[in-house]
Amino acid sequence: MTDSMVEAPAARVPDELTPHRRGWHGLRPYLPLAALAVAAVLPYSTLELPGIFEGPLNSPGTLQLLAVCLVFGGLAAGYDLLFGRTGMLSFGHALYFAAGVYGTDILVTRAGLPLWQAALLTITGGTILAGLLGAVALRTAGIAFAMVTLAFAQVGAILVARDFGGLTGGEEGLPLDVSGLPAGLVGVANTVNLYWLALAYLTLVVLVVHRVSGSPTGRVLAGLRDDERRVGVLGLDPYRFKLVAFTLAGGLAAGGGVVYCLIVGGASPHITSSELTLSLLVMVVLGGPGTRWGPVLGGVLYTYLDHRLTAFGASDAVESLPAFLSRPLSQPLFVLGTVFILAVYFFPGGLASLRSRLTPLARLLPTRRTS
Amino acid sequence: MNTIVLLALTGLGLAALYFLVASGLSLVFGLADVLNFAHGLFLGVGAYGTWWAAGNLPGAGPEGLGFVLAVAFGVAAGTLVAVLVELVLIRPLYSRTIEQVLVTVGLSLAGVALLQATWGADARPFPRPQWSRGVTGILGAQVPNGGLLLIVAAAVVLGALLAFLRWTRYGLIIRAGVENREMVTALGIDVRKAFTLVFAIGGAAAALAGALGGVYFGTVSPGQGGSLLIFAFIVVVIGGMGSVIGSAYAAVAVGLLQQFVNYYGASGVGDLCVVALLAVVLLLRPQGIAGKVAHA
Repeated sequence: MTDSMVEAPAARVPDELTPHRRGWHGLRPYLPLAALAVAAVLPYSTLELPGIFEGPLNSPGTLQLLAVCLVFGGLAAGYDLLFGRTGMLSFGHALYFAAGVYGTDILVTRAGLPLWQAALLTITGGTILAGLLGAVALRTAGIAFAMVTLAFAQVGAILVARDFGGLTGGEEGLPLDVSGLPAGLVGVANTVNLYWLALAYLTLVVLVVHRVSGSPTGRVLAGLRDDERRVGVLGLDPYRFKLVAFTLAGGLAAGGGVVYCLIVGGASPHITSSELTLSLLVMVVLGGPGTRWGPVLGGVLYTYLDHRLTAFGASDAVESLPAFLSRPLSQPLFVLGTVFILAVYFFPGGLASLRSRLTPLARLLPTRRTS
Repeated sequence: MNTIVLLALTGLGLAALYFLVASGLSLVFGLADVLNFAHGLFLGVGAYGTWWAAGNLPGAGPEGLGFVLAVAFGVAAGTLVAVLVELVLIRPLYSRTIEQVLVTVGLSLAGVALLQATWGADARPFPRPQWSRGVTGILGAQVPNGGLLLIVAAAVVLGALLAFLRWTRYGLIIRAGVENREMVTALGIDVRKAFTLVFAIGGAAAALAGALGGVYFGTVSPGQGGSLLIFAFIVVVIGGMGSVIGSAYAAVAVGLLQQFVNYYGASGVGDLCVVALLAVVLLLRPQGIAGKVAHA
């Protein structure tokens, strides 16, 4: 139980890992709800998990880390709508996330708008931006599409870094002006509200993605992933459906940006980098593209590891290793990149496919014993 | 007039850097359909190899022949890494394009982190010959020698690549493979050897770009390859994938555009113009300037 409480959505994994049992299937549909409930009451726990989190579960530091993990879980689920479900390899998803973060930050800090107006404007703006850029980028396909989206995202990075009109704060980023925000979202003591906000965002994204992929549109998107020409022959316009998916994913990412901006209290230029999109790709592939919980799980785990591996790299166990081992291990990206490459080779379906890969093994073991 | 000459020549220097990175990228993509995100890593290996050799390799140093030796060491290191990457990581995944992209993405993350772990995240001063710090007067403009060195190197590489593609047997196989890989395979030619070869060529060119870019900028840092790589991708798309000469034209266009607009407009606008150029080219001519044919 304690383990399943650590990373909230991870509570949905056990049904992937445990062997089949009668009666289990009847409970399965309720597992996500149970996981959601556990995640929602998590801040009331004062459990200490030494080695996994630095403070008790309800300490602000832990809650903030969990909130960031949840936002990235949602972001990865939104990105999966493009990559895993429609088969579009976009390298520019960070742009819409960054538009959400910087949009909120600039509207609140520079323009002095109330938060709800800023958030609404930002999400609308992010969605329109995704629609416009998608309309241009989708005239290409495959690898060219990847490069065009990469180039568009690069424009965002340049705009932020060059600090036109002194709006973005350039290299130093732009701290959020909290004086106009609702009191419940400000201050260390209220981190728990931000955590719930992040949880709500994740739930919303999962619901939207689930709803879309189950709808007729979702079936067309899956068809586009598998054989685009055939969808065209059936009389459906691939361009329009792809644009819908692209715009929707962009809007979801912008929403994630709003939440992220509140959690970390500002914007910094590294979120505009192409590295963020690459990490999203890594999250989705590690978790399992095109599955319901894989991307969420991948996003949460990746973000958690990215934050915690820094502490792991500085720990005594690693420090005592010889230099040629301890130095690479102290770089989170080295560890994650290596794990990612191994995953592409040996676990193409990601974490979500673990069960189907382990079932044959599990079946093999008892037969060995009896023979 | 002085300003225009200076801008043109520094723009060409930048174009030379882009071309060195993009030519290999373009050949690899044209022949093997691999979008190589690890290309920035080859550049980093070349830069750090040269930097290391200049300080530690006996006989190598920042001056004269020693510097040539250091650059040769860096290029050799970059080539070796590129060949190893192709043989060990890319080859088992041929014809699975998305997986190949994913592996190179992982490699670029892990590789840059490894460089950072070994030599630190901060930029390090690059050992460069005394003469490369000076300037040369050309038509009244004072042009930095490092940029001229880049232009000369890129011109030599361009000439060598074109000669190789036009007059050697492997060049012929590469050109044919870019045009129609299945047909070449059907004729009983092992295209995979050519894959390794283009990776080696691309790695060498990128490593050279890393070493000479170090001379040009005066510093070397782990993230250098990444930012260059994005513009190199743009050059490849504008030039047409698989075309060396297209990459050369596109690199010149991008380098000059960037340099002139950044000078006459606000800083950073040039970079935006480059992306706008990319969008225009894609809308009007999606296959790029030269299309997917390896012109000799």
